[in-house]
Amino acid sequence: MSTATAIVTPVMPERHYLNDNYGIRSWLLTKDHKRIAILYLFSITFFFLIGGLFASLIRLHLLTPNGELFEADTYNKLFTMHGVNMVFFFLIPSVPAVLGNFLMPIMVGTKDLAFPKINLLSWYLYIVGGTFSMAAMVSGGADSGWTFYAPLSSGYLKTHVIMLAVGVIIAGFSSIFTGLNFIVTVHRMRAPGMTWGRLPLFVWSNYAASLIMILGTPVIAITLILLALERGFHIGIFDPKLGGDPVLFQHMFWFYSHPAVYIMILPGMGVISEIVPCFSRKRIFGYSFVAFSSIAIAVFGFVVWAHHMFVAGISVYSALVFSLLSYAVAIPSAVKVFNWTATMYKGSIEMSTPMLYAMAFIGLFTIGGLTGLFLAALGLDIHIHDTYFVIAHFHYVMVGGMVTAYLGGLHFWWPKMTGRMYPEAPAKLAALITFIGFNLTFFPQFILGYMGMPRRYWAYPPEFQVLNVLSSAGASVLAVGFLLPLLYFAWSLKYGEIAGNNPWHATGLEWETSSPPPTHNFHEIPIVTKDPYAYGKDAEVTVVH
Amino acid sequence: MSGHSHPTPGLYLVIFLALVVGTCLTWGIAFKDLGVWNPVVALTIAVAKALLVVLFFMHVHYSSKLTKLTISAGVFWLMIMITMSLSDYLTRTFLPQ
Amino acid sequence: MSTSQTTTTDHHPALAHQFDSMEQQQDASTFGMWVFLLTELMMFGGLFTAYLIYRLKYYPAFVAGSTSISVSWGFANTLILIASSFTMAMSVWAAQNGKRRMQVWLLLSTMVLGSAFLGVKAKEYYDKWDECHIPGHVIGKGFNAWGGCSATNKSLGNIAEEIRDPKEHGNPNTPETAAEQIARQTEIFFSFYFLMTGLHAFHMVIGLGLLTWLTLRARHGDFGPAYYTPIELGGLYWHFVDIVWIFLFPLLYLISRHQHGV
Repeated sequence: MSTATAIVTPVMPERHYLNDNYGIRSWLLTKDHKRIAILYLFSITFFFLIGGLFASLIRLHLLTPNGELFEADTYNKLFTMHGVNMVFFFLIPSVPAVLGNFLMPIMVGTKDLAFPKINLLSWYLYIVGGTFSMAAMVSGGADSGWTFYAPLSSGYLKTHVIMLAVGVIIAGFSSIFTGLNFIVTVHRMRAPGMTWGRLPLFVWSNYAASLIMILGTPVIAITLILLALERGFHIGIFDPKLGGDPVLFQHMFWFYSHPAVYIMILPGMGVISEIVPCFSRKRIFGYSFVAFSSIAIAVFGFVVWAHHMFVAGISVYSALVFSLLSYAVAIPSAVKVFNWTATMYKGSIEMSTPMLYAMAFIGLFTIGGLTGLFLAALGLDIHIHDTYFVIAHFHYVMVGGMVTAYLGGLHFWWPKMTGRMYPEAPAKLAALITFIGFNLTFFPQFILGYMGMPRRYWAYPPEFQVLNVLSSAGASVLAVGFLLPLLYFAWSLKYGEIAGNNPWHATGLEWETSSPPPTHNFHEIPIVTKDPYAYGKDAEVTVVH
Repeated sequence: MSGHSHPTPGLYLVIFLALVVGTCLTWGIAFKDLGVWNPVVALTIAVAKALLVVLFFMHVHYSSKLTKLTISAGVFWLMIMITMSLSDYLTRTFLPQ
Repeated sequence: MSTSQTTTTDHHPALAHQFDSMEQQQDASTFGMWVFLLTELMMFGGLFTAYLIYRLKYYPAFVAGSTSISVSWGFANTLILIASSFTMAMSVWAAQNGKRRMQVWLLLSTMVLGSAFLGVKAKEYYDKWDECHIPGHVIGKGFNAWGGCSATNKSLGNIAEEIRDPKEHGNPNTPETAAEQIARQTEIFFSFYFLMTGLHAFHMVIGLGLLTWLTLRARHGDFGPAYYTPIELGGLYWHFVDIVWIFLFPLLYLISRHQHGV
């Protein structure tokens, strides 16, 4: 249904969602999912910078083995605040709340999400949660680790654990409402002709992530509430001194926090599934496999949580089962990697910035995922649990995977959201700098972990210094790579080339409406008759130079 | 939703009385010693009562397949959490004293 | 769920802009409420899981704790809540059939029954406070498992000791006595008693707030055969809270009752 005429100069539509209404009230009381997405864009960027600040302080401190920059207790606060900000206030909301909120209604062909007011409530809950987190930070922070393990956090620490936990609980409710909205929208608001088999894979991924959001998040909410009550009222739940069981905390915490990592990565995988076919000019290979693998990841992700507890004292038999299931959960992710690669095979590859990020994702996520299998092996985990091997593993999947996908998605849909193109040369440079900086930061950490350097230690044996210095050097390069987009995206808002409806000649309903879209998304609700990803020889979308 | 039938007040009354009977049964049986079966019986009656509320008071009997699937999924997930957590606690072997 | 619907071209005043028809709005809203109830199920579920684990670990102490709460009040409360579910379901029926006065009376009855439930719970909580069975040492007069707070205090410690298997040892490495262990374990029972019934009561209070709003709207004539979604959703929430109690009653009040009677 898209046009192949590139002869017409792209123009900005006269009225669109950004200029339909002016004034702060029209933004803070908006019900438009696209405006809410922009509100989230600003807030999560803020928390990403805060988390990044803590990361910089950690890497600075670790330049020397004797911990000369910060005291041990302060160091504990640094990694706690880094973890909490990054996990709960950046990674979990990023793709769903920014790109998902913006695109989901348009991709299914409707005017807005099912419950727009609840969507706005989600954002406010996120802000309130974030405020509690910032309040905890400015009053001195907490040093429990982002994992809040009891009884340390409930019985021994003197820092602002409850305030931080309350911030996380409230942000959790924000996540629950976003997931609820997505699920109802996908089930009940698809345009005529938009069958499940015609949905973009981005929708499938966000739908699967939403399933996890609604089923898992309530458990961490109650767990942290119990923790706060134990800390405040000295009732025994997790503290052995009071008759409690510390392993129970870990079971309840990880029941959510493991599936949470799939909340983080699934939407990112959805972004990759949109970018790869577009810049290979080829249909996605194995659409149903990719779609069902998202659901499989969501389901399997719930039965592997105790692989975080192999050395915590759980039963060996149950550890065996969890280890086996952890191997199984890698399979659907591998299916996706194979399908993306097969999509690129014999495709006509265009090395645009989103594609650079997508290709980086495929490589880095694979490394991260494979190293997860090392950790899932019981015998090996005894040696590498709680070492830098674990840290490298999850940063490869979360930063090399998730953040990369988020940046790729931001670049891919920036023209749609703002009506402007970002400048290609600085963008490609930033992608390259990020890739180099990332690997330099985290690859040495695999070696450090294998050699035995424990995580969350403020000092380390001197023989580990060279690798730590390499890692910190990499971090400074990575910081540059992450800061550049802030600059050129801001620049593009005023000086960027006008994008037009479909600058990438991509398929999908979002590319058939104007850039930026009108407030009600479509001038007329579309009727869908084609399969998604109709690229290639039989496509109706051709690239005209 | 067009074409759906609804429970009548008569049916609601019957369900209500069944729930009252179930409650009395639970209470009465609790005082008889059935050994390990006491909690089993109590929970079975509780499940039956919950089913009556779900199917009739909450109209699920008359609702779409999606609604039924949603509820089943929820119960299934709850079972995952309970059984897999218990699978750890129940299979621990302790060192001899 | 009515069979005569307005067409999509004439807009019912309650039709939200993102929906194409009242039917779609009703469908989506009901489904949304079910998804929300799923999240509530998992939240209570976390508490139930923890409860189950401790019940298995500290069974005698849980029996003792269960014995000391009033099964008569628990039984009465279960009946009260079931009755309130009945009136709630009937009020939805009344709305579906356009009976405005009946809706309002039934909603009010639901609220009265709900408040009665909370009144009973308040009495039960007061009794526990009086008997020094409130866990932790922050609220109340401190926890006492071996008797001594009021004349009617049952000695939890003794009950637990009676049924503990004498072959069962505590951890020989802890310096505390068996009595201290039992005391701690019964305190955990009460932690769960207050947490589970407390979270439930909190949901009841929210429910009463929702019912107040629904009653006001029903009085205003907002609900009828063409539009009764809010009252139906309120019903779903209320029935869910009832179902949680249906499980709480046997799990908290009826642990090995046959051993120690009322």
